[in-house]
Amino acid sequence: MLIKPRTDIQPSDITPRAVWHSRRDLLRAAVASGVAIGGAGLVGVRHARAQGAPGAGEKLVATPSPLSVMEKPTPYKDVVGYNNYYEFGTDKSDPARNAPGRLQVRPWTVRVEGAVHKPRTFDIDDLLKLAPIEERVYRLRCVEAWSAVVPWDGYPLAELLKKVEPTGSARFVEFTTLADRKQMPGLSYGVLDWPYTEGLRLDEAMHPLTLLTLGLYGETLPAQNGAPVRVVVPWKYGFKSAKSLVRIRLVEKQPLSSWNAAAPQEYGFYSNVNPKVDHPRWSQATERRIGDDGLFAKRRPTLMFNGYADQVASLYAGMDLQKYF
Amino acid sequence: MSAPAARSQVSQAPQAATTRPRNPGQIGARPFALLRATLFMAALLPLARLVVLGVRDALGANPVEFVERSLGTWTLVMLCVTLSITPLRRATGWTWLVRLRRMAGLYAFFYAVLHFTTYLWLDQWFDWAAIVKDVAKRPYITAGFAAFVGLVPLAATSTSAMQRRLGGRRWRNLHRLVYAIAGAALLHYFWHKAGKHDFAQPAIYATIIGVLLLARLRRPAAAAITEASIPPRTGR
Repeated sequence: MLIKPRTDIQPSDITPRAVWHSRRDLLRAAVASGVAIGGAGLVGVRHARAQGAPGAGEKLVATPSPLSVMEKPTPYKDVVGYNNYYEFGTDKSDPARNAPGRLQVRPWTVRVEGAVHKPRTFDIDDLLKLAPIEERVYRLRCVEAWSAVVPWDGYPLAELLKKVEPTGSARFVEFTTLADRKQMPGLSYGVLDWPYTEGLRLDEAMHPLTLLTLGLYGETLPAQNGAPVRVVVPWKYGFKSAKSLVRIRLVEKQPLSSWNAAAPQEYGFYSNVNPKVDHPRWSQATERRIGDDGLFAKRRPTLMFNGYADQVASLYAGMDLQKYF
Repeated sequence: MSAPAARSQVSQAPQAATTRPRNPGQIGARPFALLRATLFMAALLPLARLVVLGVRDALGANPVEFVERSLGTWTLVMLCVTLSITPLRRATGWTWLVRLRRMAGLYAFFYAVLHFTTYLWLDQWFDWAAIVKDVAKRPYITAGFAAFVGLVPLAATSTSAMQRRLGGRRWRNLHRLVYAIAGAALLHYFWHKAGKHDFAQPAIYATIIGVLLLARLRRPAAAAITEASIPPRTGR
């Protein structure tokens, strides 16, 4: 694998450790003084977050988790600048351009209902305090054969589901994304049936890796990444990790997921990352890592279950993964 | 028709290249040379932009994808430019437009070569097993490969020497392959975008090319006379 050579960094360029550790405070102070000076600071913050520097998003206190991967996270500017969020446009740069400022993340509620004993509407502040937030550095593998490493902040979805007490008839969990024409310009484009829905089997939803995600890189989620709350399922293709959740419903029958409904031969309900099961239009054997990989970097081999085989393979023991793709 | 008038003017005045054109459908040699040189440089700008962005490390999070798609888009644009020349000539009567068509077609080939090379090299790193499998199994790559293969004989027979060797009729029949190539290129783009259900841009190009091809259907008999009456250019 070629690593892009850097010949332009001098030892004198290396950031002093003290500055490195306080970098976010320094950035925040710089932005805060901008707000104090101009009031145009708010525009600057949004611009900063859209452009690719951690801005004055609400800071999240997160503890590192042993479930994190030991890989270098993808640069922040690429995590927030290269997104698939069709509600805000189909180009990779559209969500960063269109979502901040349009997506209203407060007030925000998530209705958790269905086959549960205690259905409840959670306010975003309830969710932020429901369980201790962990930093989970996860691999993300898009079905389009690119990948990233993202330091998410959240807690297991199981913590939320335990609060509402699923009944014995609950078999699946259905997720629904916001679909508001006033905020989302992409909704007028019928590329998918809106609202965006996704689903997991109950054991997949209760798995410790499945993360109810409230932030990334130590701050609340940027709009283009699915603010203010989303689910992240790292061993499945990225489209299973529904963004900007407004409803979580426990159901008996397998729910409809939007991409599965749009193209059932191409996007299965399970959509586990599997290098041996190709998409009909392209191979899934390799992927391209975005961000640090430059123009002359080679593709990387895709890992079974995106490298989480040890933790999740048992969920699919005995299942024909070619058939249930 | 302006073309027969131009022929008689050329035979009457051998030094017509340097005199002011008497017919509004004509253009002087110097202005034409300047126009062609300008268009030649302009058609290189898309490539220059990619080089500049690359040097500045500004190709985005997925540079290979960005370069590959940009080169593919410009191949399609150059193809549209090439296909628009005859309809434009018929609409304006500017016969000199046809003398730009070879350059436009060769630029389509140029960007197609760059696009295909990016795929072979930067995308697949010459993994021939994977490439052959792609071409055989992925319909959109099959279509793209077919379009590229079709462009090769067109580029190879683009010179005046080849035009003379083939003769007007055989050359013209061979170069009608461009219609199939345009169709294959559109399929390549459409099937690629179909995987993400995103048809807006392929639809735009399909409309443009559809209009350009339909424009050629009008008055086919008169068109045959006009095409045949334009002498092949010699030299450059």
